[in-house]
Amino acid sequence: MKVLVAVKRVLDYNVKPRVKADGTGVDLANVKMSMNPFDEIAVEEAIRLKDKGVTEIVVVSIGEQKAQETLRTALAMGADRAILVVSEEKVEPLGVAKLLAKIVEEESPALIILGKQAIDDDNNQTGQMLAGLLGAGQATFASKVELTSDSVTVTREVDGGSETEKLTLPAVITTDLRLNEPRYASLPNIMKAKSKPMAQKTPADYGVDVSPRLTTLKVVEPAKRVAGVKVADVDELVAKLKAMGVAK
Amino acid sequence: MKTLVWVEHDGKAVKDATLAVVTAASQLGEVHLLVAGQGVDGVAAEAAKIAGVGKVHVADDASLAHALAENAAPLIVELMGHHDAVLFPATSNGKNIAPRVAALLDVMQISDILSVESADTFTRPIYAGNAIATVQTKDAKLVITVRGTAFEKAATSGGSGTIEKVAATGDKGVSTYVGSEIAKSERPELTSAKIIVSGGRALQNSENFHTIIEPLADKLGAGVGASRAAVDAGYVPNDYQVGQTGKIVAPEVYIAIGISGAIQHLAGMKDSKTIIAINKDEDAPIFQVADIGLVGDLFKIVPELTSKL
Repeated sequence: MKVLVAVKRVLDYNVKPRVKADGTGVDLANVKMSMNPFDEIAVEEAIRLKDKGVTEIVVVSIGEQKAQETLRTALAMGADRAILVVSEEKVEPLGVAKLLAKIVEEESPALIILGKQAIDDDNNQTGQMLAGLLGAGQATFASKVELTSDSVTVTREVDGGSETEKLTLPAVITTDLRLNEPRYASLPNIMKAKSKPMAQKTPADYGVDVSPRLTTLKVVEPAKRVAGVKVADVDELVAKLKAMGVAK
Repeated sequence: MKTLVWVEHDGKAVKDATLAVVTAASQLGEVHLLVAGQGVDGVAAEAAKIAGVGKVHVADDASLAHALAENAAPLIVELMGHHDAVLFPATSNGKNIAPRVAALLDVMQISDILSVESADTFTRPIYAGNAIATVQTKDAKLVITVRGTAFEKAATSGGSGTIEKVAATGDKGVSTYVGSEIAKSERPELTSAKIIVSGGRALQNSENFHTIIEPLADKLGAGVGASRAAVDAGYVPNDYQVGQTGKIVAPEVYIAIGISGAIQHLAGMKDSKTIIAINKDEDAPIFQVADIGLVGDLFKIVPELTSKL
């Protein structure tokens, strides 16, 4: 059984984003870039399914040339081969989903796993769009995945609790934080990953038009809150709460 | 412009998250609603009373009972034949269904909007709210999810929408609902609570959540939240989590107890009207956003506060 995992190169989780002075976006020059954390969880889940009948993991990224570093990370974690679809221009979720749908057509995986959202644009769209284009079942925000030969049962994190769905294969899963804790690649595996196959393609190879539908007019910093007052003790706090009408 | 709003409900009543979406939709044009589910006549009748609502489309079918995206999306695509925009609350249902609709319509969705600037231009948060982008779409139809805390709630009475039955598009046969575990609580839901009392890792264990946080919340009629650190440590279930990866809230009063104020937490609560922080570390980042701060030991302060209210 083959699994396809999609990964994105984003600003590292620990780096505070800085809005560019000209208001065109967030400054990505000379900052650490990493695999989107939700995608790391997706790669990890695919690797864990190797005990459950998964025989091959294909990892895909759509982005600039440097995204091959992100793919190498996935290969070092345990994916078997990689496909990089190079686009120096930003590709929106709709374009990414269309490219992934073409790759799914070629590769026929039983399962496609993606992060629920990328922590840069926070769109939370690609997995659902891909499932829609494929006419496949979708289980978003997964916290537990149980795979059999012809179906997958997924527990999802939903408002107020959790929900379980059973999907026929092929199916699309998007990962939430609590699904697993991704491994670190060991040094021998990082070395081994260098010789794993990585194919390079372009959107044109798949005949997909990825021209953007949205134009970003400007990007600004959010309104800042200013620190208020510190009170000395509980009595002063109670007085403030009463003044606000919160307490009687 | 004719808009269609996905009504969030639990099979019995309209959920509050719907009301902010009605307000956002009304800024674009005429507001129609879609109530999809099984046995939802009551929900539809209630929805028709929301102020400013025109038509209420009701699709009542077993295939829609659990809001499975695979079955709901084709129905919405059909209704989009005579609507220009569809808006969902950014709830787990909305986030699950909307992009599937967008893909089927060949539209690039606009997620989590904070404001309607014009008929094709919106603002939305990126990088966990560390930046706000203004985006303009070239698509002929709009697919949008709405951040509930960014819009006023429409009134739940005064409307006189006309109810119109629509046929469901059937079961796609690729997904089945197995079951769910939804936490039951007497306290108000986080996303609609006027006051929230939240605890962090400083609470040390789940017992202290019960004995320190909950009595204060009950005294104030507040909802109970938590930081991701407290959730990850297992003090409370994950649906308590306020933050970038949890719930986005904006109550009248947010009381953060033993929460340091990591970026990921602030992203979920910094739009609260008044923030009150209680923390023993006077340099904790939470004090940089708090309107009222009290430095000290929460194990002494909070019980004293509860007893004096």
